[in-house]
Amino acid sequence: MKRKLVRISVALVLFLTVFTVDKIVNLASVLTGSYGFLLPFGLYLAIYLLVGYDVLWKAVRNLWRGQLLDENFLMMVATFGAFGLAIYRGVTGQSLEGFDEACAVLLFYQIGEWLQKYATGKSRKSIEHLMNLRPDYANLLVGNELTKVDPETVKVGDLIVVNPGEKVPLDGVIVKGATDLDTKTLTGESLPRSVKTNDEVLSGCVNLTSQITVRVTKVFYDSTATKILDLVENAAMKKSKAENFITKFARYYTPIVILAAVLLAVVTGLVFNDWGVALYRALSCLVVSCPCALVISVPLTFFIALGTASKAGVLIKGSNYLEKLNQAKVFVFDKTGTLTKGNFVITTVEPVSKRAEILRLAAIAEKDSSHPIARAIVAAYGQKIETGYTLTNIAGGGVIATKGAETIYCGSAQLLREHQITCTVQSVTGSVVHVARNQTYLGYIVIQDEIKPEAHEVLSGLAALSARTVMLTGDNEVVAAGVANDLGLSAYRANLLPQDKVKAVESIYAEMNTKDALCFVGDGINDAPVLMRADVGISMGGIGSDAALEAADVILMHDDLRGILTTKHLAQRSMCIVRQNIWFSLLVKVGILVLSSCGVANLWMTIFGDVGVALLSILNAFRVKFSALKKRK
Amino acid sequence: MTKVFRLKDLDCANCAAKMENCIKKIAAIDHVSVNFLTQKMMIEADEKEFDSVMQEVVKVCKKIEPDCKIMM
Repeated sequence: MKRKLVRISVALVLFLTVFTVDKIVNLASVLTGSYGFLLPFGLYLAIYLLVGYDVLWKAVRNLWRGQLLDENFLMMVATFGAFGLAIYRGVTGQSLEGFDEACAVLLFYQIGEWLQKYATGKSRKSIEHLMNLRPDYANLLVGNELTKVDPETVKVGDLIVVNPGEKVPLDGVIVKGATDLDTKTLTGESLPRSVKTNDEVLSGCVNLTSQITVRVTKVFYDSTATKILDLVENAAMKKSKAENFITKFARYYTPIVILAAVLLAVVTGLVFNDWGVALYRALSCLVVSCPCALVISVPLTFFIALGTASKAGVLIKGSNYLEKLNQAKVFVFDKTGTLTKGNFVITTVEPVSKRAEILRLAAIAEKDSSHPIARAIVAAYGQKIETGYTLTNIAGGGVIATKGAETIYCGSAQLLREHQITCTVQSVTGSVVHVARNQTYLGYIVIQDEIKPEAHEVLSGLAALSARTVMLTGDNEVVAAGVANDLGLSAYRANLLPQDKVKAVESIYAEMNTKDALCFVGDGINDAPVLMRADVGISMGGIGSDAALEAADVILMHDDLRGILTTKHLAQRSMCIVRQNIWFSLLVKVGILVLSSCGVANLWMTIFGDVGVALLSILNAFRVKFSALKKRK
Repeated sequence: MTKVFRLKDLDCANCAAKMENCIKKIAAIDHVSVNFLTQKMMIEADEKEFDSVMQEVVKVCKKIEPDCKIMM
């Protein structure tokens, strides 16, 4: 890489020197006589060979192997042709020109190639750096002795020590010590996570503060870091339609251009009866015969998009999903664990004046229950609960607690009515728990699943993109309607059993435009079939959950719904840029072909057109990264 | 069985596409994907025939890109 750069730079400097000197003193007139052209020819040829001997060598070698349409070969034909024409002019004593052009074509072709290589290498490196998860060693603890070993050799049940500053090499459970872990490379989350004894640690995290001893629970090949690395590295293997189109196109492009060049030479030759001009125009066509700009800019755009996404904590399993995400018009959400946190909290206690009393009594009644609603009440009370009550659980109704003459009723309106207590039934969203003592109605508690704080932002963002949003839930109608209203969803389906969700998605498909795509967002726990069925399955909390990693197409590593918006924007952006690049390169190439066949464009223009298009489309591809980053701020 | 190989000195995007096309034509291969950007090749083929398939793949690569080496 570096040697080539030096070679190209030297050649460029030499070329510019010879070129300027030639323009000032006219090198052809230095040696007099009919062989005057030999001096400039010799100088330019030397530079030509210096900069392009590898191209020539490859061309000859590939020709030997039977590959006629190799771009190196075409470059060789174009430049040899140009030299040939110039020599012809020299021998026949016409005014001398053309050596500089022939030399420049190859020189700028090489500069273009080098820049392309540099740009792709750069983006590859930045992504490799990003996914710098692979652990190099593990400190194996045997008895009291520590040995540095290859993480691949560590077995399940072995003890390893992770020092501050080191990467956790394998998944495991902490047996000694507590520390903070940096999970940024794994989840995109910038806040460190505190862990203590008996907590699970995942490979790929970096230990920040103090030494921990970990019992390994997964071998290297099953550990999180390896799995995620494989995922990211193989992501680029799933090619999008645009990529397949472009490679297919490239296959026909080169032969067509060559055919056009030959035709052009013959036709112009016959019409104008000037074979020199005809040949020159045909050679100009050959210069744009390499489809590399097209072939590289499309996958490069997607590649950068995938890298940018993983930097933001979103894993996308292939560029085909970016394409589908761009078309996604319907977003189907699972409720619990996706739109809501899945933990119940008390939203209101009515009447407020008796809040403390109501909570105290409810906590007494609910203290032994493991139901999430009961846990929410106990957590909200937060003080020591009086004991000594006899608790009677009424299935589906609530709890009656008695102690001496005191009786506490805690549960549904139905339960209270059965004991001749009147209570006012309110229409509220969430689950309602009524509380009464000794036949006196005290009030009620409303408990709701907490909506995730970012859910509003995400749903209004999707609405702004005029996407339809649908929520699927196993909860009852009232709860579902409440959440749907609160978040401004387009529709919801309540009372669904897990197995009904696929059917619900099918029915949404039936209503959809066939061109649009459907995204399903779930937590990956019991919705694997739906994740698979949807065009794009987006799963929350992929870290540590194998099911989610496998079933989903897009994984929000750090359970943040905003990743959906980021990904959607990224998908739109990259598809837009891909389209720009395809059209731009095609138009310029066709333009060059037309201009050079009319004789308007000379070799200089064609080579700059060709190299310029390649560079501009590569630079354009890099825009994906910046625009996505801007959106996030 | 699916295997991923690292490719060394895969120089141009178009050559990667050409390679993929030619490898596709090998009868025993179910799926192949050559990626220029990650410099990797994924091959899916029957496990029993894998070794013989790989020999053919190497031959094809050598024909199209003599500089490119498949890291096995």
